[in-house]
Amino acid sequence: MIPMITSIAAVHSAQLGRARAGGGAVVVVATVQSLAILALLRGVGGTADAGARAAVVSGAVLTVVAFIAWNLLAQRLAALKAGGGLDYYGTLPVRPAAVVLGFCSSYAVFAVPGVVLTAVAGMALFGLPFAQVWVLIPAAVTGAVAFGGLGALSGLGPARPETATLAGQLGLTAVMFAGLIPPGPLPGWVAAARAATPLAYDVDAFASALTSHPDWPGIALRLAGSALFGVCCLALAARAYGRSLNR
Amino acid sequence: MKSDTGTTTPDADSDTDVDVSAACAVNGLVRAYRGADRRAVDDVSFDVRPGEVFGVLGRNGAGKTTLVRMLVGLLRPDDGTVRVAGADVTGRAADAAAHVAYLPQAESALTDMSVRTAVETTARLRGLPRAGARAETADLLAELELTGLAGTRVGKLSGGQRRLAGVAAALAGGRRLLVLDEPTTGLDLDARRAVWRALDRRRAGGAAVVLVTHNVLEAETVLDRVLVLHRGRTVACDTPGRLKERFGGLVRLDLSWRDAPPLSPADLGGDVRATGNRWSVRLPVEDARRALDAVLTGAAYAALDDFGLAPPSLEDVLLACDADSGREESA
Repeated sequence: MIPMITSIAAVHSAQLGRARAGGGAVVVVATVQSLAILALLRGVGGTADAGARAAVVSGAVLTVVAFIAWNLLAQRLAALKAGGGLDYYGTLPVRPAAVVLGFCSSYAVFAVPGVVLTAVAGMALFGLPFAQVWVLIPAAVTGAVAFGGLGALSGLGPARPETATLAGQLGLTAVMFAGLIPPGPLPGWVAAARAATPLAYDVDAFASALTSHPDWPGIALRLAGSALFGVCCLALAARAYGRSLNR
Repeated sequence: MKSDTGTTTPDADSDTDVDVSAACAVNGLVRAYRGADRRAVDDVSFDVRPGEVFGVLGRNGAGKTTLVRMLVGLLRPDDGTVRVAGADVTGRAADAAAHVAYLPQAESALTDMSVRTAVETTARLRGLPRAGARAETADLLAELELTGLAGTRVGKLSGGQRRLAGVAAALAGGRRLLVLDEPTTGLDLDARRAVWRALDRRRAGGAAVVLVTHNVLEAETVLDRVLVLHRGRTVACDTPGRLKERFGGLVRLDLSWRDAPPLSPADLGGDVRATGNRWSVRLPVEDARRALDAVLTGAAYAALDDFGLAPPSLEDVLLACDADSGREESA
C-alpha cells in the first residue's frame, strides 16, 4: 500500500484539474448565490440585532462550503461511480479512505475563494466586527470536513446517481435552513432541534465569533463536534467505497 | 491440473496445484448476476505466463469484461480463485493492485486531468517517488508519441488519443501483469503500432499481458494464446496456430457479386454468411473445388465482382467455436 499522505496528495492534486475543467463555473455560481442572498437579506433585515446579522453572514459563508463540499462532491462521486471511473482508483494500491479524503480536500480547496469573498462582503454589508474573523479558518475547515464527509457519503452510498443528486440538493437546502434563518425568532423546539443538528455547529460557532461577546467554550465545543461528525461521515463513506469495489 | 492446451482445470486439490511460475492463475471462476438466466462466467480456468500475450475473445455478452474484472479484483467471484504472482488476490483489488495494471473499456476518472497529470498521478499512486514518476511519465509520453499533448486535458482529446492516454496510464508504474480491455479501440494505424511496440518491450522484459479484444485480425498477429468464451464458458484455449489447425481441412471462400447473385447459397454448400452482395463460406477443400466450379462458369462468373480463397483466420475459428458451442447447447 502507498503511504496514506502520498495517496491523498496525489488524488487531491489530480482532482484540482476539475476546477480548470468547468467545475470553476459552478464554484462561481455557489459564491454568487450566497452573495445574492446576503444582499437580499441586507435589504430586509439590515437593522436586526447583531446576533441575527452574524447568524445570516455565518450561514451564507457555510452555505458556500455546503454547496461545493456536499452537493457538488456528491454529484461528482456518484457520476464517477456510475460511469466506472472509481475503478481507476480501485485498481491502484491506495486505501479507500485516501481516495475519499483526496476528493474531499480538493473540493474544500475549491470553496476557499467563495468563502473568503462571502465572509468579507457579508461582514462589510452587515457592519460586523472583523476582529475575530480568524475563526473563519477553523470553522471553514471543520465545515469542509463535515459537509465533505456528508458529500462523500451521499455520493458513494446510494446505488443510483439520482439518489446522490437528491441527497446533495436536500442537504444544501437543510444547510440553508439551518444557516440563513436566524434561530432567534424560531419556535423553541425548532431552535433546539436546529442547534442540536451537526449542520448548524459551524454556523453557530462562526456566528458567535462575529458578535461582540464570543462564547469561546461554545465555539470550541461546536467546532470539535462538527469535526467529529465529519470524521464519522468520512469513515462511513470510505467503507461504502471499499464495499462498492468488492461487489 | 494442466490440460494439453495449457489451461488449468478446476481440481479438488487446486490449492496444492498452483503454478507459482505463472504471472496469473485463474481457477474455476464462476460469477452470476442477480436476475440473469445464466452465469456470466461459468467455470473458467487458465493461466498466463510471464512474457506472454494472452487474448480473451468472444462476442458481446460472452463474459469477457466480467472475467477481467474478477481478474483484477474489482468483482468477487461466486466461486473459484485468482492468483497473481503466486498470491491469492480473489476479490481483493487492493492486493491485486500491487502486481496488476488495468485498462478498463472507459476511463472516465482521467477526463479532467491533463495527459501528463493522468500518467504521473498513476505512477505516483503505484508507488513511484515524485522524481521517478515524472521521469517515467516523460518516457511513456515519448514512447506513445503523446509528448505534444502532455498539457492537454484528457477530456478534450479525440477518442483515439484518449485511449492512448489511458494506455500510457496503464503502463505507468511498471506492473508485471497488464490487463487491457480493448486497448487499441479507436486508434489509428500509427498509434496502434506505438501501443504494440510498447507492449512488446514490456513483454520482452517479462511482463504478461491479458488482452480483451474484438479485433480478431489484430489479435491474430499479437496473441501467444487465446481463450475463446461463449456465453460465459470456455470453448477453446490454445495458440492461434493450433486453433486454426483444428480447422485445417477447411478453406474460406469469399465472393462479391456485382448485383443480385445468380446462385443460391445452397449451391455452394456449407453455412454461407451473406452481408449485402458479399458471401463468405467455410468449406472442406473438395467442396470448395466444386463450389469454385459452380462459381467460375456461365452466368455466375459474369456476375462476380471479386472472389478469394484463404486458409481459415482466427475470426473463422471464433465463429466455428461459437457454432460448435451453440450446437452442443441445443443438443
